[in-house]
Amino acid sequence: MSNRRLTFKKRLHILKHHFRDKKMAPAFAAFHTFLFTPDETTHSGAHVRGADDLKRTMNMVILALVPVLLFSMFNAGYQHYAAIDVANNVSRELSLWENFLTWDNFWIGIIKVLPLVVVSYGVGLGVEFIFAIIKGHEVEEGYLVTGMLVPLIVPIDTPLWMLAISVIFGVVIGKEVFGGTGMNILNPALTIRAFLFFAYPTWMSGDKVWVYEAVERTGTADAISGETVLGALAQNNLAELNYSVSDMFFGFIPGSVGETSTFLILLGGLFLVFSKIASWRIMLSAVIGSLVMGYIFNVIVDMGIITEYSNFYGLMSFEYWQHLLVGGLAFGIVYMATDPVTGSQTNRGKWIYGFLIGFLSVMIRVFNPAYPEGVFLAILLMNVFAPTIDHYVVKSNIKKRLKRLKNATILPKDSDSKAEELKAETV
Amino acid sequence: MALLSKKDANLIIDPLADNNPITIQVLGICSALAITAELKASVVMAISVLFVLGIGNVVISLMRNIIPSKIRIIVQLIVVATLVIIVDQILKAFAYELSKTLSVFVGLIITNCIIMGRFEAFALGNGPWKSFLDGIGNSLGYGVILIIVGFFRELLGSGTLFGFPVLGNPIAKTGLYATGYENNGFMIIPPAALIVVGIIIWVQRSRNKALIEDN
Repeated sequence: MSNRRLTFKKRLHILKHHFRDKKMAPAFAAFHTFLFTPDETTHSGAHVRGADDLKRTMNMVILALVPVLLFSMFNAGYQHYAAIDVANNVSRELSLWENFLTWDNFWIGIIKVLPLVVVSYGVGLGVEFIFAIIKGHEVEEGYLVTGMLVPLIVPIDTPLWMLAISVIFGVVIGKEVFGGTGMNILNPALTIRAFLFFAYPTWMSGDKVWVYEAVERTGTADAISGETVLGALAQNNLAELNYSVSDMFFGFIPGSVGETSTFLILLGGLFLVFSKIASWRIMLSAVIGSLVMGYIFNVIVDMGIITEYSNFYGLMSFEYWQHLLVGGLAFGIVYMATDPVTGSQTNRGKWIYGFLIGFLSVMIRVFNPAYPEGVFLAILLMNVFAPTIDHYVVKSNIKKRLKRLKNATILPKDSDSKAEELKAETV
Repeated sequence: MALLSKKDANLIIDPLADNNPITIQVLGICSALAITAELKASVVMAISVLFVLGIGNVVISLMRNIIPSKIRIIVQLIVVATLVIIVDQILKAFAYELSKTLSVFVGLIITNCIIMGRFEAFALGNGPWKSFLDGIGNSLGYGVILIIVGFFRELLGSGTLFGFPVLGNPIAKTGLYATGYENNGFMIIPPAALIVVGIIIWVQRSRNKALIEDN
């Protein structure tokens, strides 16, 4: 058989077998499974093969993220030109076709958002490949989703080298030291964001980093501002806030790259729920949790305990349901809290886990003096507690069943010893 | 080595690597996390512990046969406390700024697990010369890790070493800062020390597989 007639797939198969026992084998195998279904089959016994393997699951999440990514690329440009208009005192009416979905906007998205995606994937997959070669195992798909989430949760002006360092840190310390994909305690994407936040706080907060070029123009004649809704609220600048509720819902506001459009995140969330990838229990309970905390703050303000002169007035008096529309809360709930590896596994545990994420997110958002956002800290905190929650849920379930067994009347049929046997078996 | 027999030399060399108090026994972590943001503080802390543990081990070893075992912890505490107060007063007299940086952590040498651990585990059962070597070895092992952690935390976190700017001036944007480099604020906060110590443990165990416990 001449080599010319072989398909690309077949050639890769041959290449893979050629490198079978070499050091680079995992890298070839990974590239191969990335493109094609593996040619290996099991050798013994009968096997049921589910269609929803890890790769399929990951691809569904990425599919749910694509609309968010596309929107964020347009929004990057829109916020840039809107901020310039504000600085020049030009009034601006949002029009979807005339000044949002334009090539000018999309071009800024291409030059600012795409490099973030490329660096995130390039560096993250590089680290995964190195670890796979050192450890001699297959490269796992774990980074596919993380690599897509990372560019969406950082400010648009994040320098690329900072992102690269954070990705290395997040993948190594957040995931590989625990044993790789599926073994991590903390969500790797949020570990990366937390590292960025604590290492380079000036690039992760304030009123400049959220809009393209705002940092470069600081101090010049055409300085522009990129204050987020939460940032304005935290400083009690209620007058400066001129975004309508629909702007916040559809996402025409400044913020981290992909977090602004609650509408598209909602669509993505519904898609994940109906394709049974993500847990609706976590999403629903997290929404309830954030509403409850927001409502408590509203009541406190209504009772007059917190007045306009308090530092917390802006965020506390913010309508409780609007907390879901601004900042990263919706994005975190839909794409981060539902991570099956780091979240709770039991159904009742998911309710508790989700509720506390929502509850703590709004609480941290209001009380964090340096940075008016808390969802990533809340999710990381609950990631740590998820195994504990599961442990107690399982334990209480065992207790309940034992109690039921104790109260149950076991009718002795043949002899009493038979009943004892039965009891021993059930326990 | 003519000065020391092989057995004695091991008393000093072992704690430096394969039986390190911080990375293997995981003792004395609190001070390793708290004061390693600056290299200078790490070095002074290492010297202080060297002084306290070296002399303390000898004193306890000399008294080992007359200490009633029921009150030995109290006697040990008195010895450490005396030595620590001497160190603290010397620092306050000659290096006041530094003693403010180290704040309570000089006083807390009293509760440093390494010191009580060596008194209990070694000095109570061995002669003064061996106890002295053991004290020196263990405090050097502690100091080495402190200095490594302090080196990386100060270099990456503040861009300085012993207070000298080695990477350029971050405000005037000279040296490395001209390329857009920025100091890593994460390295200044104590959790970073935990991660650096963790990485040192990781490197050490992957170089010497015998250290990995099987479970």
